[in-house]
Amino acid sequence: MRKYIFLALSLITAFTLSMSAQAREVTFTTHLARYDGSGAYLAIYLADAHGRYRKTIWVAGRNARYYFELPGWARGSRLRPSEYDGMTGASVTSGRTLVVTKNIPDNLINKGYRIVIDSAVENGNSNRADVSTPLTTAGSGKTVMGSVYVLSFRYDLK
Amino acid sequence: MLRKLHGLPSLFMALFLITIATTGAMLSLMPAIHRVHAVVPDKGEVSVAAMAQRIVQHHPNVEKIDRKLSGEVVVYYKTANHQPKADLVNPLTGQSIGPYQPSAFMDWVEDMHRSFLLHDTGRKLAGGVALVMVLICLSGVFLLVRRLGGWKALIKPIKGNGVKRIHSELARFAVLGLLLSSLTGSYMSAMRFGFVKDHTFIPPSFPSSVSGGQPAPVGSLIALKNIDLTSLHELVFPYPGDLQDFYTLTTEQGSGFVDQSTGTLLNFTRLPPMGVFQQWIIRLHTGQGIWWLGLILGASALTVPVLSYTGVLAWWRKRRVKKGDLVNTPSKEADTILLVGTEGQTTWGFAQDLQRQLIRAGRHVHCAQMNQLVEDYPQADTLFILTSTYGNGDAPTTAQQFMNKLTSFKSNASLRFAVLGFGDRQFPNFCQFALDVTTALEQKGLTPLCHTELINRSSAEQFREWGKTVANLTGWPLALSYHPQPTVTQTLALVGREDYGVNGHAATSILRFRAAGTHSLPFFEAGDLLGVMPPQEATARFYSLASSTKDDVLEICVRKQPNGVCSSYLHDLQLGDCIEGFIRHNPEFRPAVGRHPVILIGAGAGIGPLTGFIRQNTQRHPMFLYWGGRNQKVDFLYQPDLTRYLDDQRLTGLQTAFSQGEDQTTEKAYVQDKLLQDQATVRQLLEQGAQILVCGGRGMANGVTQALNDILEPLQTNVDVLKAQGRYLEDVY
Repeated sequence: MRKYIFLALSLITAFTLSMSAQAREVTFTTHLARYDGSGAYLAIYLADAHGRYRKTIWVAGRNARYYFELPGWARGSRLRPSEYDGMTGASVTSGRTLVVTKNIPDNLINKGYRIVIDSAVENGNSNRADVSTPLTTAGSGKTVMGSVYVLSFRYDLK
Repeated sequence: MLRKLHGLPSLFMALFLITIATTGAMLSLMPAIHRVHAVVPDKGEVSVAAMAQRIVQHHPNVEKIDRKLSGEVVVYYKTANHQPKADLVNPLTGQSIGPYQPSAFMDWVEDMHRSFLLHDTGRKLAGGVALVMVLICLSGVFLLVRRLGGWKALIKPIKGNGVKRIHSELARFAVLGLLLSSLTGSYMSAMRFGFVKDHTFIPPSFPSSVSGGQPAPVGSLIALKNIDLTSLHELVFPYPGDLQDFYTLTTEQGSGFVDQSTGTLLNFTRLPPMGVFQQWIIRLHTGQGIWWLGLILGASALTVPVLSYTGVLAWWRKRRVKKGDLVNTPSKEADTILLVGTEGQTTWGFAQDLQRQLIRAGRHVHCAQMNQLVEDYPQADTLFILTSTYGNGDAPTTAQQFMNKLTSFKSNASLRFAVLGFGDRQFPNFCQFALDVTTALEQKGLTPLCHTELINRSSAEQFREWGKTVANLTGWPLALSYHPQPTVTQTLALVGREDYGVNGHAATSILRFRAAGTHSLPFFEAGDLLGVMPPQEATARFYSLASSTKDDVLEICVRKQPNGVCSSYLHDLQLGDCIEGFIRHNPEFRPAVGRHPVILIGAGAGIGPLTGFIRQNTQRHPMFLYWGGRNQKVDFLYQPDLTRYLDDQRLTGLQTAFSQGEDQTTEKAYVQDKLLQDQATVRQLLEQGAQILVCGGRGMANGVTQALNDILEPLQTNVDVLKAQGRYLEDVY
C-alpha cells in the first residue's frame, strides 16, 4: 500500500515538474487599427515555417458562421470545433486592444514557428496573415506592425 | 382584456416601437437606392467566370467579389502598396463605378434599428419589441374586427370620427406590412440568439487535396462558367502564390470550392430547405433585392409614430371618460351637440351633468355656448339646447347671437333637437326665449326629439324627469342628478323662536339661527334665501330671510304646512338644536336704491323679508306695508316690531287685513281689499315712481295682481308694464 502511495506521489511530482519545464506563459497583445465597421474577428494561431497551421491560440468573435472568413486559419484548422473549443472570446472593435495569456510548449519556441493573425470584418476584407512573426525568445517584447485591421502586435514570454 | 393586451404593451413600448419603426422606414429606402446604382444583367447574360475575368483585368490582387442582393457587385482588392480597398464595379465591364463606402450614418441607423446602439443587450430588447409588435398587430386586428362587426367589414369604409378613425384607417392600411416586419424581425432575433438554428450558411468542408497545378485564368474555370452571375453571392480568390489554395464560392444554392488549376467544383454543399426559407425571411425583412417590398414595409413602418400618438390619445380620452371628466369632442366629430344659453353659472351646472351622462352613454358630445353655433355639425344626430331667458323674453348673454347665426345654419336631415328652458314662473314671459328657439328650430326643419321642457326655479326633480323622457326616447341611460345647490352647508343652531298659532298649535313661527360653534355667518341681506337640508332629504327647501348680516342672526318665518317635511322639521326644533343650511343670494328681490316710495305687500309668513326691508330702512324712505293674516289675536306676526318701526318712521304706513274675524263686528278682509280701499293713495305713490314688492303665496299674489291692475287702469298702465320696468317684484311660493 505504502509503495503505491509513494509511486503516485512521485508520478504527480514528476508530471508537475515536467509541465513547468515544458511550457511557458506567453502574453499576446493585439492593438487594432481605426477602421469603419463592426467588431473584427481575429484568429491568432501558430504556423510552421512553411506556413502550415499547427495550433490555435485564440479566436476573437463568437459567431462560428463567420469563422469561415478567416482564410488561413479556417483552412488549417478545417474549422473543427475541437481545434478552438475554450479558446474563443468577443470580437474586437476598432481601436481596441486584445490581451490573451496562454501557456505555450517550449518545443514550439525558437523552433521556426510563427505567430499568425487572420482578420475579417463584416462587409470588409478577410485577411490571411494580417500579422506574421516568428515565435522566439529574442522577439519577446518587440512590437511588430499589422497590415490591415491590426495596427500592432507584440508577445511577452514570461 | 383584448383592449388591454393591445394598449398596455403599446403604451410601455411606444418609444422603442417608434425608434425601430422610424429607423426601419429609413433603412427601407436602401434597397431601392441600391437598385438605382446597380447594373443588373439579365439571367443567362453573364457567367461568374466572365465577370471575374473582366474584374481582374482592371483590379490588382483581387481578394473577393461580393454580389449584394440588390445586384451591386463589390470587389475587395489590395493596392500595389498592400492597402485594402473595396470598389463598386460594373459587372458587364469589370470597371470601377466608384469606391464602396457603406454610409456611416446608415450603419448607425441600422445599429439603432437592431440594437438601440446597445450591442447584444439592445439586440435582445429589439427582438422582444418585435415580438410585442406581433402581439399588438394581432390584438389590434381582432379589436378592429370587433369594432367594425365582422371580418368582411375590414375592407369596407370605416365609419366614425376623430382620433379613433385615423387610428383604425392607418392600422388597416399598415397591419400586413407591420406584421410581416415584426414576424420576420422576431424570427431573425430568435436565429441570432440560437432559439432557432441558423441554416442560412453551412460551411463546406475544405477539400482534402487539390490538383496543385499552375493556376488557370479565372475566366477559363469551368465551374465558374457554369454559374450565372444572378445566383452569385460571393467568390473568394485563392491566396496569391499558394498552389494548395482554392476559390471559395457561395451562391444562392450553397457553397463549395473551385480548383484554381482544373476549375473543378469541390465539396459543394447545398443549402437545406430550411436555409432557403431563412434566407427568404431575411429578404422579406430587409427588402434586399425586393426594393418595392422595402418601400411598402417602410410606408407601413411610418404609420407607427402616428398610430402610437393616436392610440395614446384615444386611450387618454377613454380614461378621462371613465373618470367622469367632461371630454369635449370637436364640433366636426361630435354626434351630440349641447348648446347653452345663460346669464350666470346655474345652467352650466345642468349642462355639465347632461354632458357627463351623455359621455357615459358613449356619445361624443360637443358642448358650447349657443353663440358658438357653427354652420353645420357633420356627424351630429342630436342637438340639445339648454337656455334661460333674459328680462322680458330676450336671449341671455351666451345666446345673443344665436338667432342670427341660426339663419346660416345648415342642418343635416337626421338632426333631432330638444330644448330645455330654465326660468322662474313668477316672471312674465316664463322661458320665452326657450320657446322662441324651439319655434325657430322647427322652422329650420329640425325634428323635435321631445316637447320643450321648462324648468321652474332650477328644479332638480323636473330635470331628472326630463332626463328619463329623453332616455326613453333615445335608449341612452341618462341618470341626471344635478342639484343646483352649493354642496357646502353650514351647521346652524336655533337660538330663538316666536310661535304664533291657534290653541297652542304653532301655525307660524319666527325662527332665529346662529352659526354653531365658533364659526361666523356668511354675508347675506334681507330677501336672500336660507336653504335648509332636512335630514335624509336630497333637496333643499328655501326660506326668505328677514334679517341681514348686521343683525348677526338668520331669521326666517315658517308656516307649518299640513304635510310639509321641512316645515314640520323646523317647527319641531328645540332651542339649541342644529340644522344644515346655506345662503342663496336673491338680488332680484330687493327694494330699489333711491328716494322712491316702496309698497310692500305680503300675507302670512311672507312678511319675513318685508319686515327685514323695513328694519334696514334707516334712511327713512317712504315705505308702506300691506299685510294679510288670519287672526288678529294669534297671527299678527312682528306686531311689536312693526309698531316700533312706525314710531321711528322706518315704516311710513301699515295696513293689515285678517281673513278670520274675531267676532261679527270685525271685518273679514284680504290684503287686496285693503289695496282697493287705499287705491287713490296707491295710484299717487305709483305716479311718484313707487316700487312694489310682493311676498307670499301664489293665490294672494294673483289677487294682488288683479287688484293692482284695476287700480292702475286709470293710469293706462298695468302690472306687466311695472314688471318690465323692474318696479314690480315677486317672491312667491
